[in-house]
Amino acid sequence: MEELAVKRTSNSPFRGLGGKQFVSFVRKEFYHILRDKRTMFILLGMPIVQIIIFGFALTNEVKNSGIAVYDQSKDAATTSLIAELAASRYFDVRQDLFSYEEIEKIFRRGKIKLAVVFPPHFKEDLQHFNKAQVQIIADASDPNVANTLTNYATAIIMDYQQRITNDRKLPYTIDTETKMLYNPELKGAYNFVPGVMAMVLLLVCTMMTAITIVKEKEMGTLEVMLVSPMKPLMIVIAKAVPYLMLSAINIASILLLSVFVLGVPVNGSLALLALESILFTLVSLSLGLLISSGAESQQTAMFISLVALFLPTIMLSGFMFPVENMPLPLRIVSNLVPAKWYYTIVKSVMIKGTGLITIWKETLILAGMMLFFLTMAIKSFKIRLA
Amino acid sequence: MSSTSNKNILNTPPTGGERGTVIKADKLTKRFGDFTAVDQISFEVNKGEIFGFLGANGAGKTTAMRMLCGLSLPTSGTGRVAGFDVYKENEKIKRNIGYMSQKFSLYEDLTVKENIRFYAGIYGKSDKFIKDKTEFILKQLHMENEADKLVKALPLGWRQKLAFSVAIFHEPQIVFLDEPTGGVDPVTRREFWSMIYQAAESGITIFVTTHYMDEAEYCSRVSIMVDGRIDALDTPSQLKKSYQAKSMDEVFLKLARKAARSESNPTKTA
Repeated sequence: MEELAVKRTSNSPFRGLGGKQFVSFVRKEFYHILRDKRTMFILLGMPIVQIIIFGFALTNEVKNSGIAVYDQSKDAATTSLIAELAASRYFDVRQDLFSYEEIEKIFRRGKIKLAVVFPPHFKEDLQHFNKAQVQIIADASDPNVANTLTNYATAIIMDYQQRITNDRKLPYTIDTETKMLYNPELKGAYNFVPGVMAMVLLLVCTMMTAITIVKEKEMGTLEVMLVSPMKPLMIVIAKAVPYLMLSAINIASILLLSVFVLGVPVNGSLALLALESILFTLVSLSLGLLISSGAESQQTAMFISLVALFLPTIMLSGFMFPVENMPLPLRIVSNLVPAKWYYTIVKSVMIKGTGLITIWKETLILAGMMLFFLTMAIKSFKIRLA
Repeated sequence: MSSTSNKNILNTPPTGGERGTVIKADKLTKRFGDFTAVDQISFEVNKGEIFGFLGANGAGKTTAMRMLCGLSLPTSGTGRVAGFDVYKENEKIKRNIGYMSQKFSLYEDLTVKENIRFYAGIYGKSDKFIKDKTEFILKQLHMENEADKLVKALPLGWRQKLAFSVAIFHEPQIVFLDEPTGGVDPVTRREFWSMIYQAAESGITIFVTTHYMDEAEYCSRVSIMVDGRIDALDTPSQLKKSYQAKSMDEVFLKLARKAARSESNPTKTA
């Protein structure tokens, strides 16, 4: 009777897929992870650090920028305009200037990014000729900041003009009403959170998986496992499972930080976001496996992960630089970057609150990438054995 | 165990033989493109025997061993290990063999117990079996106090003995040892060999590659590979007789000198 049972298990197609073996393997993997402080930090500390850095320090929002005013009129109109500028959260009027020469001087010192110049007789011009001039001079050594600041200043001035002309009937006016949909306050975090999610998942899954498998190669333990009855596919899965679990923790902690610390909402379905994140995690894991089958040392694995994945992710996913503005060849290449698709998905689901209907294409592309990388990884793993 | 008993054991290698064949290779060949790594090797290994598998670097030892372990499919020839076919039944072969390499293959960041539990676990052994046998082995190795220490805290010799115990923990029919004593001091090597003898006494067949010719003397039988072929195969004393040599070292040198593709002769490498 017992012999029969033994025979049946040894003939089963799942032999080598035993739960016992699997549990032993996963437990061992957790020992490795939990005992290495560096790994622990990369796995669990990094996402938090990244969210904080990107959420607070590296924001491209402009807040309380120092501006200077050269007011040659000093009348009621200029005073109230300056007061409006100072009242906005973008500007901080730090200095009154008394000549044009001073503008360059203070720009050189670097604390002041924008100067507003009112010519003499500002209010009279405005009242008698219906036309007055303001000059805005920006420090364009950082073009993005200069652009943003001049836009803000112009908007405030336009706003003021709107108000003073309101009571008078002008023959033709066009009212432009701008509404910043999905991100009314133009917060940088709305952009960074999806990007950081892509980066963290790539880091954890691709790099860590690749490194840990290559480490086993280097130590000769992989060889011992391959001689054991454990199937190669099972080794690969058991190796990936702990990282999949840790990624889930990371996704959760990033989302919690985003919602409660950075104030970025999850507008769409949380379940959909979680599923898409798991899909992207699987893509990253497959990539990690593929890298590990090619790399012979941990350094190589790390280098390939960094060069082949992180740079394209940062540069080409649209997270730092808009893909739309890139030259055609780069736009084509960006399609090969998995993070680009995930980034689009997270932005749609999290920020815009859309459902699967709008992102099915991206989802399919990610699923296709996962199948491709996984097939390649398993193939090259088998070639190694033949 | 005392050192005198070690000596006694080492002087009389187990012969195996009468208990049947566990490895049988017939014209086993492996080609990589034009290169024939293993060229029609034929031999038999008996149960409980210590079979020394010698050869210079590049002679084809590792490739041959990989075929026998079910890691690599032969190009031609036939082979049976533990009664199973090397082409079709390599999963069954894997269940019935153990393996240990020069790298010892223990995890340094795991404790002694955790290492045992892991390796026994991937062979699908039950918790009860693992628990009982772990106690027994730790006692045998006098490592009860080290059970919960990380392997990296152990001296090299202890690690090596532990690695061997782990390799035969699941009670395989055959254990393959790939240069198991590389970089280990002579005293530990001797102790290690007495463990090998014990395992062989208990019926486990030992298939061992080594660079140390004094270790070759400990083997029941020795095969010497040159350029992918087995050029000599016999007991150490018989080999010394036929090559009119005083030691295995001399036998080995006489044979290895003919090699066309050893590392000392790179220009002639195929």
